[in-house]
Amino acid sequence: MSDNTRPLNEDDVRHVAKLARLQLKDEEIIRFTEQLRSVLDHAADVASLDLEGIAPTAHPLELSNVLRADEVTASSDRDEVLRAAPSVADHRFRVPRIVGEAP
Amino acid sequence: MSVLDTGARVNAGEVSAVALANESLQQIDSQEGEIHAFVEIQREQVLRKAQAIDDGVAQGKNMGVLAGVPLALKDNLCQHGEVTSCASNILSGWRPPYDATVVSHIETAGVLIIGKTNMDEFAMGSSTENSAFGPTKNPHDTTKVPGGSSGGSAAAVAASMTPLSLGSDTGGSIRQPAAFCGVVGVKPTYGLVSRYGLVAFASSLDQVGPFAGSVADAAALLEVIAGHDPKDSTSLNAPAPALSSHLDDGVKGMRVGLCNELLEGCAPDMVAAIKRAAEVLSNAGAEIIEISIPELKLGLSAYYLIAPAEASSNLARYDGVRYGVRVDAEDVTAMNTATRTAGFGDEVKRRIMLGTYALSAGYYDAYYGQAQRVRTLIINAFTKAYSSVDLLLGATTPTTAFAIGDKVGDPMSMYQSDICTIPTNLAGHPALSVPFGVGDDKMPIGAQLLGPALSEQQLFQAASVLEHGANS
Repeated sequence: MSDNTRPLNEDDVRHVAKLARLQLKDEEIIRFTEQLRSVLDHAADVASLDLEGIAPTAHPLELSNVLRADEVTASSDRDEVLRAAPSVADHRFRVPRIVGEAP
Repeated sequence: MSVLDTGARVNAGEVSAVALANESLQQIDSQEGEIHAFVEIQREQVLRKAQAIDDGVAQGKNMGVLAGVPLALKDNLCQHGEVTSCASNILSGWRPPYDATVVSHIETAGVLIIGKTNMDEFAMGSSTENSAFGPTKNPHDTTKVPGGSSGGSAAAVAASMTPLSLGSDTGGSIRQPAAFCGVVGVKPTYGLVSRYGLVAFASSLDQVGPFAGSVADAAALLEVIAGHDPKDSTSLNAPAPALSSHLDDGVKGMRVGLCNELLEGCAPDMVAAIKRAAEVLSNAGAEIIEISIPELKLGLSAYYLIAPAEASSNLARYDGVRYGVRVDAEDVTAMNTATRTAGFGDEVKRRIMLGTYALSAGYYDAYYGQAQRVRTLIINAFTKAYSSVDLLLGATTPTTAFAIGDKVGDPMSMYQSDICTIPTNLAGHPALSVPFGVGDDKMPIGAQLLGPALSEQQLFQAASVLEHGANS
């Protein structure tokens, strides 16, 4: 296991906010740092356990891949799906410019 | 009258579905201003559907076992063409292009969906105070929370607005509000009820389940929604347990473990009530065995790493492209960020960041990896316990309902209110909460029964005994 359980700081919160595509005000960074730190402090009981040899569980059921019969069935109605989108052009989702791409 | 009786009388033409819909709408009109159980009421639609049921009955058709029974649907269950917002600004006004499988099942059974219920945003919370549309109040005392995250669904049943409702339970979000509001709430075995069309929070933990005013009504609804679904790859391909026909089978010879870890840390009035519940089961012929499962104490920490980790991944889909609101900006990344910053509330942001952190390079092993191993420890500990007892008994919540505003500023203290319900979700097992008396503050107490996978029949038998013994 890793020993990377030093207290979370404001730079960590800025970093994860960026990864999660969230923009935080300075006052929010201070508040969230304190709140997230208290959750991680509580999690120290888990982080510090010696669990060598215990297999991780990702899912409660022992499932293997589930495949259905390869039969054609109806799909969602394209226009109805597109109606829920904030912006659409030519039957496609429309997004703003993607940075770095040639125009 | 049970909901199955109501369905039978509607099918016999003795009661009209329109009258039942109107009765429910009138109760909502008189209570909703104070309670705020709903985010959307489908007044015209429900009257139209009720009329169709009455017309079908007049033509001699069978309109389903729950024909004409009103039901309130948690706002994270997709309903074709009806607003499904998860009580979040980011999905405000979204109308799904399909029905959740549970919605198809209940409509086939003749249930009347009366509206969508309030919840903590994306089911993240224990008080329904995290709704973007304002909190729900506890019908027993409107200064108290109804619990969460399915607080609106619990309150709708407790305030007699609807006899049935559906919620979802990721760490206790059905059982905890059921306990706080004095109704029956069931978290079924993982995979027993389809998750298709349940907006994902933590996919390895989420499960849809019923709220009802009685054990029999909860059983009837669970029988309708349970069963294999090819649209959910985690759906169990096993026959659903028969419940209604076994409700009166009793607990004679059943071994029930009174679980220390589901009592210690609970308020004295809570502990006293659960010990009385053990007596009721004992008097009915069950063998009560005191049992300790120390691993359960690790559940809270493991859960608040695993659930946020899964949530941070699941909620990446809210990017302002395919559905929901968009806040425009000059390029895609800025648009994603502006949309998510404006669209998510504080608790959702906290959990996304916590999960992102727990999964990030350098911390994955220490947090998420360790939590997954603890999950194994908890599953093994339950398995060992169930080799000596059939079911476990404990409190659903450490205290009765707390005051609105009490914990909302301190996430860790809010999370502690899930301490008795979380281990079940980590194991994928079933559990239910059944009302059992009141605390010193006269607020409802819930007794929690837990069992191994697919033990629903035994759980309902024991719950039925507790229901009848609650006032003895």
